[in-house]
Amino acid sequence: MSATDLLNNGPTVIGVGLKGFIDDLKSQGADAIAVDWRPPATSDPQVLDSADRLTSGDLSGSVERGNQKALENMLAADPVLIDVRPAGELIESLGDHKILHAGPPVEWPDMCGPMQGAICGAIVLEGWAKDLQAAERLAASGKIEFEPNHHHAAVGPMTGMTTQSMPLMVVENKAFGNRAYCAINEGLGKVMRFGGNDDSVLDRLRWLESTLGPLMADALLASEGVGLKNIIARGLSMGDEMHQRNVACTSLILRELAPAIARVTDGDTASEVLTFIAGNDQFFLNVAMVMGKAIMDPVRDIKNSSVVTAMARNGTKFGIRVSGCGDQWFVADVEMPRGLYFPGFSEKDANPDMGDSTIVETIGLGGFAMAASPAVAGFVGAGSAADAVAYTNRMIEITVGRNPEWTIPAMDFAGVPTGIDVRQVVNTGITPTINTGIAHREPGIGQVGAGVVNAPLACFEQACVALAEQQS
Amino acid sequence: MSVIINEVRKGFYLDSVALMRMSADIAAADGVDDAVLMIGTPSNKQIMADAGLLNEQGERASANDLVIALRAGSEGDANRAIAKAKKSLDGGTLKSTGSNALPPTLASACTQLPAANLALISTPGSYATREAKAALRQGLNVMIFSDNVSLADEAALKQQAASNGLLVMGPDCGTAIIGGRALAFANAVPQGGTAVIAASGTGLQEFSVLLTRLGGGIRHAIGVGGRDLNDDIGAISTLTAIDILAADSQVEQIVLISKPPGAATANRVFEKLANCGKPVIACVFGYDESSLPGGIQYAGTLKAAAETAANATIPANQTQSANALAATLASTRTKIRGLYTGGTLCTEAQIVLQQAGLPVQSNAPAPGATTNAAHQLIDLGADEYTMGKPHPMIEPAVRTESLQQAIESADVAVILIDLVLGYGAHQNPADVVADALAAAPAERPIVIASVCGTNSDPQSLQQQTASLQNAGVIVCACNADAAQLAGEIAQLQAG
Repeated sequence: MSATDLLNNGPTVIGVGLKGFIDDLKSQGADAIAVDWRPPATSDPQVLDSADRLTSGDLSGSVERGNQKALENMLAADPVLIDVRPAGELIESLGDHKILHAGPPVEWPDMCGPMQGAICGAIVLEGWAKDLQAAERLAASGKIEFEPNHHHAAVGPMTGMTTQSMPLMVVENKAFGNRAYCAINEGLGKVMRFGGNDDSVLDRLRWLESTLGPLMADALLASEGVGLKNIIARGLSMGDEMHQRNVACTSLILRELAPAIARVTDGDTASEVLTFIAGNDQFFLNVAMVMGKAIMDPVRDIKNSSVVTAMARNGTKFGIRVSGCGDQWFVADVEMPRGLYFPGFSEKDANPDMGDSTIVETIGLGGFAMAASPAVAGFVGAGSAADAVAYTNRMIEITVGRNPEWTIPAMDFAGVPTGIDVRQVVNTGITPTINTGIAHREPGIGQVGAGVVNAPLACFEQACVALAEQQS
Repeated sequence: MSVIINEVRKGFYLDSVALMRMSADIAAADGVDDAVLMIGTPSNKQIMADAGLLNEQGERASANDLVIALRAGSEGDANRAIAKAKKSLDGGTLKSTGSNALPPTLASACTQLPAANLALISTPGSYATREAKAALRQGLNVMIFSDNVSLADEAALKQQAASNGLLVMGPDCGTAIIGGRALAFANAVPQGGTAVIAASGTGLQEFSVLLTRLGGGIRHAIGVGGRDLNDDIGAISTLTAIDILAADSQVEQIVLISKPPGAATANRVFEKLANCGKPVIACVFGYDESSLPGGIQYAGTLKAAAETAANATIPANQTQSANALAATLASTRTKIRGLYTGGTLCTEAQIVLQQAGLPVQSNAPAPGATTNAAHQLIDLGADEYTMGKPHPMIEPAVRTESLQQAIESADVAVILIDLVLGYGAHQNPADVVADALAAAPAERPIVIASVCGTNSDPQSLQQQTASLQNAGVIVCACNADAAQLAGEIAQLQAG
């Protein structure tokens, strides 16, 4: 709109600041809208300067091109659940005395209670120590190697334990040929992902290894895999957001798997396995996560792109990775979730935010798709259905585009906000909203609530600075 | 002869209700007999076959695929409709309503109001540059109401705008009127053929009010900010404004209102004005008239500018003579104290008093003002008075304290005040003055006011004038007249 157009057509105005001026214009019959302006959350001049250069300055063109490529790759993804295999077979370097965990790198002394509890359980499960006390000594001795799941095309919820004998689901992104891995969801209650490590926890893991894993593998082979994009699309219209609510998707995938399971095993085993899946509304969470990892890996290393390729928490730190910065982690202290607690628990019992499950938000689901899931909006303390829509609308401000195949009926089939842009997070001060379960801070007690948490702004500030420096 | 076209999208799912809504939309397109978008389940394919919409391509679709099927009068119509269907599918949305919440960023506001052509920025100054840059990037013209923007930032913004054919009004631009719409602090004035370029806010307001009182009207009034004509900026916005106003066939004449331009800038501005093809009036306070190029008419005050532009004279609206008023004052009362909410009104009053031979001092000195002069005119909108407080045009009560002091001063003969009405201004500034005067002793200085406003303003000129008069205030027709009357009284008191 040139200056001449302004004079010829009269003003159509966007107000940034005093809203009264916009009211005055409207009272004169002019078309005008006020921005809900607030000062930028960042005051660090280096961060603002970097964000400005990436957004509107000398670097903006190359960032835009990188981000369009990133969005294209995300939307082109075709994730299919194809197999379940022991982790040791899938991840070459995963042998004895090595444990993959959730989030960015962390060493034993810095791990939170549930993470340490889960590590001890995993050591006993693998037979590297005879009991939990011995396991703890071994873990503290420095003889166990710890690495993030994300460094091995894998993800895991909460503590995110991955060791060689655990069966991992395999999702192949058919459009790019890459594969990603995630353990099978253990169910609710006392489980290793919340730091549980007693016999009941380990017994269940052994059953996954001996029974459910191989059976799922056979069933997937028999059914030539399960395409996941359509399940997500249907699930969104059935009230799931795939982080806190997976009841619809769990049912949908059960519908896909059940006939094949019935074909490949006897009736009793089929009944046992189907009962286990049907009894866990969050069964699909791990499927959504491994799908997310398979979608995001081909988005890594796109030159100059400011799109987030991973968000993950290790119970101590929150880390993000950004496409144009490759495998570098940008890390800050993790925040405490706000939410609702199960009877008998309160925020004093809560562990800080934890897990790789934020990969779900990274692909536009979870907190980004809150509007699809009014039920979750209430459960996680977000309030009314209208609040849920507002959550999703805010995420649109910090994303590159929308996913035309994953739509939200309650928003007139608007696509979910897709491709978190670190520049926009810094520019708006709006940080990604994450729907999350809340773990007890002591190991072994399990989930004590659910809520929302925000990714810390500092991660995005660091990423902006690094991306700008790298391009200069 | 109708054609049937089917197109299949592999692995695409969308809720059937959304697809039905899209189908209805596509079916209504020109030349389309019928159209449907459906997931390719066996039962859906049967429905499409029964409707005579399925061909062999659609037949091959699976339950994981989307079929776009339509029948149209011609291949062209069919292809256009297919393209439309794909576009609405790829848009990811029929239409996003969401909540009624205000957009959190300028960029999202642009999405909500795609026709926007102007950003009005009134954030605290330290954030204004960033927002203005964002607005320019969106291809918007910018009006920066905020002050405290650095000269360097102002220059950079204006250069960027100029290279993209955009206009930056401000920073510190309080007033503009574009195509009959008042922006920020402006009065409700009728449209007409006069265009204004003004460095200042209240100068523009007073001129537009007086012009329209004389039957004229405003086509556009562009504020450029107080520093645009400085050599640091080089009149970037003024020059743009001259260009676009000269190109507007409905502009009959152009009026420039400003302090004297910088030495290096003056020639460029006046040459451009002299050659713009329209009659030009330059109201440049304290400027040497003889250095203007030929063809530009000079006006020394806002009143003179309005009278020249309208080719008419502003009638005096009060009947008491200076002699009669001076007779009511003790002989010890000799000084004029001006308490202004409008900066340019304060400047104009200084010019008028100086022309009458009276020395004036001011915190915002006009050309020719001296220090330690007997008569003092204060701009209460200047930074030293507004630090941490609202501007007196928004909250005239900040003038009350100074007003009371002046009333209690034994040597003050005349208190000069202004009232600025219009959008953005206080809803009833006259009552604030009346309240202050109600407590004053009977023997007090004469209070002379002018009201910058129209009867169409939210506050109404007539009502505000009446309130002042009821409170014992002498109300003149314009700011220059008020200063003129004050000067005459002061001269009589000086003996």
